[in-house]
Amino acid sequence: MTQATSPDRLIYMANQIGTFFRSQGADKAVPGITEHIRKFWDPRMRKAITAHLDAGGEGLDPPVREAIAALKG
Amino acid sequence: MSLVHEIDYGTPRAKSATMVTLTIDGHSVTVPEGTSIMRAAMEMGTQIPKLCATDMVDAFGSCRLCLVEIEGRAGTPASCTTPAMNGLVVHTQNQRLQTIRKGVMELYISDHPLDCLTCAANGDCELQDMAGAVGLRDVRYGYEGENHVFAKTKPSPGHDHSPHDCENDHWMAKDESNPYFTYDPSKCIVCSRCVRACEEVQGTFALTISGRGFESRVSPGMSESFLGSECVSCGACVQACPTATLTEKSVIAIGQPEHSAVTTCAYCGVGCTFKAEMRGEELVRMVPYKDGKANRGHSCVKGRFAWGYANHKERILNPMIRERITDPWQEVSWDEAFNFAATKFRGIQAKHGRDAIGGITSSRCTNEEVFVVQKLIRAGFGNNNVDTCARVCHSPTGYGLSSTFGTSAGTQDFDSVEQADVVMIIGANPTDGHPVFASRLKKRLRAGAKLIVVDPRRTDIVRSAHVEAQHHLPLLPGTNVAVLTAMAHVIVTEGLVDEAFVRERCDWSEFEDWAAFVAQPKHSPEATGIMTGVDPKELRAAARLFATGGNGAIYYGLGVTEHSQGSTTVIAIANLAMATGNIGRPGVGVNPLRGQNNVQGSCDMGSFPHELPGYRHIAGDAVREQFEAMWNVKLNAEPGLRIPNMFDAAVEGTFMGLYVQGEDILQSDPNTKHVVAALSAMECVIVHDLFLNETANYAHVFFPGSTFLEKNGTFTNAERRIQRVRKVMSPKNGLEDWEVTLGFAKALGYEMTYSHPSEIMDEIAALTPTFAGVSFALLDEVGSVQWPCNEKAPLGTPVMHIDGFVRGKGKFMITEYVATDERTGPRFPLLLTTGRILSQYNVGAQTRRTENIVWHEEDRLEMHPHDAEMRGVRDGDWCRLQSRAGETTLRARITERVAPGVVYTTFHHPTTQANVITTEFSDWATNCPEYKVTAVQISPSNGPSEWQRDYDEQARQSRRIAIPAEAAE
Repeated sequence: MTQATSPDRLIYMANQIGTFFRSQGADKAVPGITEHIRKFWDPRMRKAITAHLDAGGEGLDPPVREAIAALKG
Repeated sequence: MSLVHEIDYGTPRAKSATMVTLTIDGHSVTVPEGTSIMRAAMEMGTQIPKLCATDMVDAFGSCRLCLVEIEGRAGTPASCTTPAMNGLVVHTQNQRLQTIRKGVMELYISDHPLDCLTCAANGDCELQDMAGAVGLRDVRYGYEGENHVFAKTKPSPGHDHSPHDCENDHWMAKDESNPYFTYDPSKCIVCSRCVRACEEVQGTFALTISGRGFESRVSPGMSESFLGSECVSCGACVQACPTATLTEKSVIAIGQPEHSAVTTCAYCGVGCTFKAEMRGEELVRMVPYKDGKANRGHSCVKGRFAWGYANHKERILNPMIRERITDPWQEVSWDEAFNFAATKFRGIQAKHGRDAIGGITSSRCTNEEVFVVQKLIRAGFGNNNVDTCARVCHSPTGYGLSSTFGTSAGTQDFDSVEQADVVMIIGANPTDGHPVFASRLKKRLRAGAKLIVVDPRRTDIVRSAHVEAQHHLPLLPGTNVAVLTAMAHVIVTEGLVDEAFVRERCDWSEFEDWAAFVAQPKHSPEATGIMTGVDPKELRAAARLFATGGNGAIYYGLGVTEHSQGSTTVIAIANLAMATGNIGRPGVGVNPLRGQNNVQGSCDMGSFPHELPGYRHIAGDAVREQFEAMWNVKLNAEPGLRIPNMFDAAVEGTFMGLYVQGEDILQSDPNTKHVVAALSAMECVIVHDLFLNETANYAHVFFPGSTFLEKNGTFTNAERRIQRVRKVMSPKNGLEDWEVTLGFAKALGYEMTYSHPSEIMDEIAALTPTFAGVSFALLDEVGSVQWPCNEKAPLGTPVMHIDGFVRGKGKFMITEYVATDERTGPRFPLLLTTGRILSQYNVGAQTRRTENIVWHEEDRLEMHPHDAEMRGVRDGDWCRLQSRAGETTLRARITERVAPGVVYTTFHHPTTQANVITTEFSDWATNCPEYKVTAVQISPSNGPSEWQRDYDEQARQSRRIAIPAEAAE
């Protein structure tokens, strides 16, 4: 992880956020992750992670995938 | 202008609500019960002569100068130790009292040098003042007898030695070992004020009176030098000394000051108030101000003495530019520098887009200076790429406390500690990091409050003079959440929750979810002990003590925030405080000990990329439109990049220009090699600082900065207290820092017109509801206020969430422990954690340029004897410290303060390169770096690593300044 090449770092960060919100209860996970990323990530980071999801989203945990998909909406 | 004069009331203020009325010299005076007669007299304006009394310490009653007569009582009691009572009739002056006092003074003066004209205290000597006050005209005893004054003494009659050739055994030479003050025993009157200040105010107990009677001497430790003793050089003794016995070397060198201004220290987040005592524009000394509500007249070695950096020869006073970072710097005019920088930044935006530039605001600069930088970025750059060093320290505090309570700040004032019964310190080392608060805390602990310390190291506060923690939980770095959740487990499962509080103030259903979560057996101290390394019995006892011991106050530091789960830990702390009902009154609360002088303020001022001033999200249309109307510009509604994101974007090629105000990101941010790569990739880096710091090695523009002594403004400390910074000298670089930003902004085509920082504060107040009532005029009138300061709280808010939480109901949140991915293994079996030391500050840019280096000339690696022996490392040996990110070398210190498996170092010196080692793991919510956990290996080494040598060479090359060519005609 010490290699900070995008999108590896973004995937790692998104999964970290996912881990926290997953622990807050199943119903809160996806909206929690979406809101957090929308609130704190700059547009180029959001664009990069969305593009990564569009390209298959390898490495993203299930609720994180869902949350990133919801980002587009 | 004149000296700011502070009244010495002789004894401390009594806090009783019961009042008593007595008559002093025919006047009726009413004071709180417990007030001394001396103080009562002073309150009505009558100064009873005194020497051993001063209002920073308790009455002692030794000098016998403050005697009074009380009608109906025998004798002449000391007014400092006699409490005022209803109906007393006191006389402070008559023939009898005058005769006694004169006799006492005569004895003092008979053993005191009479070099008043050339004495450093001339003009500020209480002994001289008292000799005058009691009408001493003659010393009948002469000066030939036994004394402490003369190195050689005349023999007594009958001896046949020649005069002046006998050694005087009572005489002691001056101790000049401390870099900032001297101890001249020949001038000592043994009033014990210094000893009592060291005990009562500072709490170090470094001084004592050795010997008895005529042999009595002030002694640091066991007759050691000041520097060799436990003395921490806080200056309390110097301030307490009524004579020239303890004197600042700067006063000896320059002379007595003639005017002064009250200002705020620019070191840590305690925010001590000082009088800057001046001669003209020369600073003579900094003296802590008794009306300062954060420090109450106390100080530490940094604020009191370590201001020499302001005149250090390495300070840069001229703007400089260069095309390439391999070129030497060219000194230019301000306008040339502004235009050069503006052209570069506009060029970058033209080439790479509007979002390709950004800035970092300084947590050392004033609120006003921070405000104009973030305004420049949002309104002038047209994006929200603004961040501040809080990113790397307390950003999780902002996230955690705003999620649970609704505000991004501590809940109390520092005075609150005086009413705490149980203090829990988590991941903070206040005696080193926040020394003046630590002194106030230790005073409360000596008076009986209990202490719990949660820290991997056995920090000084765990056991020091007259202070001992009831419980020290030496957890493994990275397991904070597991430990705090286990404490919650004990509190919930043992029925120790303050249910009435939770039902009234918090969301009950969220509490129930949380209680069910923490009650799970897997969160018990016994189950988590294997991961955390904490003895379950100790943890249970600590949790019980916190929940049942009365007012429970939590103080925490970067050991909480600088982790992958930093924000979760802050949430866990907030949960504990709510569950035990420890919020919303004096003596309790959640108190982040913030690092830099104005890190609270820089956060308040909208330094985060997603938030406008006052912590309001940039996407909120209503708030953004207010700013747009005031600033007459359309703002970008998208959050910008945070510091680590800026580095990543720079390496990727989408972020090419950075304006850094007063911050050394290269030294202070993790994974130095990545920061170097990011800075090298940028097309224009502007550093605005006092010195060519490490970041400046990669900069193209250097704007010289001004010190806190050279500008007007405000700082906001860790208790949300907004305090004035007052200009006492002209900026040596020509401009105050806010003027530098305005100049750069104008060159960029975004002109801001302010003629004084007070106008900037007026704009802040107009745009920020929590600052609505703040103005320079108010601060000049009342000294300081704690935000929120508005119509509802015109004089500010010492304690928050009194009748309910700012967000409405307090929010309990689940805190699942997730082990960091930075793990030990066969290659990296030890955990490195980092911290700081009393005499140095942050990256050391200021303190390394003062005499404070005598206490800490290099960063050392602390390791347990067991780990050291296994690796063949001895105390003082060079060793190689290696992590997955990089390696460096530094010298070892073998100590049992760290547990086996844990090593520790500070990061005050650039050559140490501690951040070459730290990784880029960061807090899940805020990207606050995980400085506190790095898996490392250690092996013996011969000296500095290749990287350190290359780095030094690069730094040397980069700091070259071209010699100006002859002026062309």
